[in-house]
Amino acid sequence: MLCQECGVKPATLHFTKIVNGEKTEFHICESCAREKGELIPGTAGGFSIHSLLSGLLDLEGAGKEKNAAAQTVQGLRCENCGMTYSQFSKLGRFGCSSCYKYFDSTLDPLFRRVHGSTAHVGKLPKRAGAQIMCKRKIDELKQELQQSIAEEEFETAAELRDQIRKLEKEMPQE
Amino acid sequence: MSSLRFTEQALSDWMRCGGSHSEIVISSRMRIARNLEHLPFPLLASAEQSEEVMKQLAPVFQGEAAADFGSFQLLKLDELDELDKKVLVEKHLISPNLANDSRGGAVILNEDESVSIMINEEDHLRIQCLFPGLQVREAWVRATAIDDIFEGSVNYAFDDRRGYLTSCPTNVGTGLRASVMVHLPALVMTHQINRILSAVNQVGLTVRGIYGEGSEAVGNIFQISNQITLGQTENEIIENLHSVVTQIIEHERNARERLLADSALRITDRIKRSYGILSYAAVMELKESAQRLSDLRLGVDLGILEGPPISVLNELNVKTQPGFLQKMFGDEMTATERDMYRAKLLRETLGSQH
Repeated sequence: MLCQECGVKPATLHFTKIVNGEKTEFHICESCAREKGELIPGTAGGFSIHSLLSGLLDLEGAGKEKNAAAQTVQGLRCENCGMTYSQFSKLGRFGCSSCYKYFDSTLDPLFRRVHGSTAHVGKLPKRAGAQIMCKRKIDELKQELQQSIAEEEFETAAELRDQIRKLEKEMPQE
Repeated sequence: MSSLRFTEQALSDWMRCGGSHSEIVISSRMRIARNLEHLPFPLLASAEQSEEVMKQLAPVFQGEAAADFGSFQLLKLDELDELDKKVLVEKHLISPNLANDSRGGAVILNEDESVSIMINEEDHLRIQCLFPGLQVREAWVRATAIDDIFEGSVNYAFDDRRGYLTSCPTNVGTGLRASVMVHLPALVMTHQINRILSAVNQVGLTVRGIYGEGSEAVGNIFQISNQITLGQTENEIIENLHSVVTQIIEHERNARERLLADSALRITDRIKRSYGILSYAAVMELKESAQRLSDLRLGVDLGILEGPPISVLNELNVKTQPGFLQKMFGDEMTATERDMYRAKLLRETLGSQH
């Protein structure tokens, strides 16, 4: 089969595009595909993880619910690098590490979809790590404390409370 | 810069020795993504900010702390010619992304090319360690040690809840992409590959072609890597990958045995025809050469062929790429000329092995 664009080279790419429910089939050669800038899954420079992510992030596209909450989210802006949430959702990439803070309210669902999880449990940088390690221990103890209160084990609860207080006092400062 | 040491040889020194399961596993790679505090990611960084990143990161690996890992050389991407960049990509020493869009980009390489540190790629810092065969644990030990050296000198962007902060949300947390490159011809021939690859996807791993995102699997070579970087420890990621790859190796071995038992004559014929064609053809497209080199690799492992050694085949996989051919035979080449020179290279290398 010859390329339907140039009619000269053999068509090597065959794909179906669906836009607004309308199905169109394409049979084209690679150079025409590149010229036309078609987004073809599986070819370099076309479909990428970022375009997929931006699909996940695009709130307007998702439900077409232009409610107040969605508008507020679209209006979020990172004060460090200036990236807006709507730019982020188009690019699929953060502008700087502060974006994580400014877009925080929107990130849990995204991370859950991509990673199945929202919190880091791996390696800690050594310098900042001592404090984080301490915080993690305190969080763990707090959970145990809740558990022991629920089970009415007040003696254990008191011990846990003391341990938490001690760790909070000893916690290295930034 | 065309006499660059790193682009003259097709094989990095680390590839010459095998590592475990080297008949099936070509290499194991760890990549750690890190960023500096406060500065915008390379996507938004100004020239001055990229320069600042370079100023903070580049000296770290030329200092004493890194001496245990050998001597390192820094290459700035905008000082390299296009062909050298292409060759570095073909050797997997830099990513296509760094080669194509390298504002203030650089790579720091050690002598045997097992460590490659990219600056100003998608993230400020990407530490990559490549080991031959199945050595994911060993590669991680090296990568994390290098990470520690950087962390001793600079402040990383880190958040106690989200972990290491990266430009792309798919890398956040550990920033770790652990991957293994495997050659699975028998699973492809016996049509089991799709079933196995979809099973792999279900356990949080992903399969790609050998040049990463969006690239096609050529010559039955697949890259299997972790998809999840948040909510798992590095150890869990590595052990998961190790265990899945070990199982895939087992399936591939079984499939090879079955091929030999059920259709020895057909498989022998196919492998010997490939050897013949590679040794005598006058024109050879990349796709065909990758497929036929895959047959040879299988033939050597099954004992159907006595040679060539696996290291020669690894070398040919790199040398038959467009950038390398141009490097060897002349800068300007049409596609047809490349196919001719590819055939010539294969004839000359394999003809002498008969």
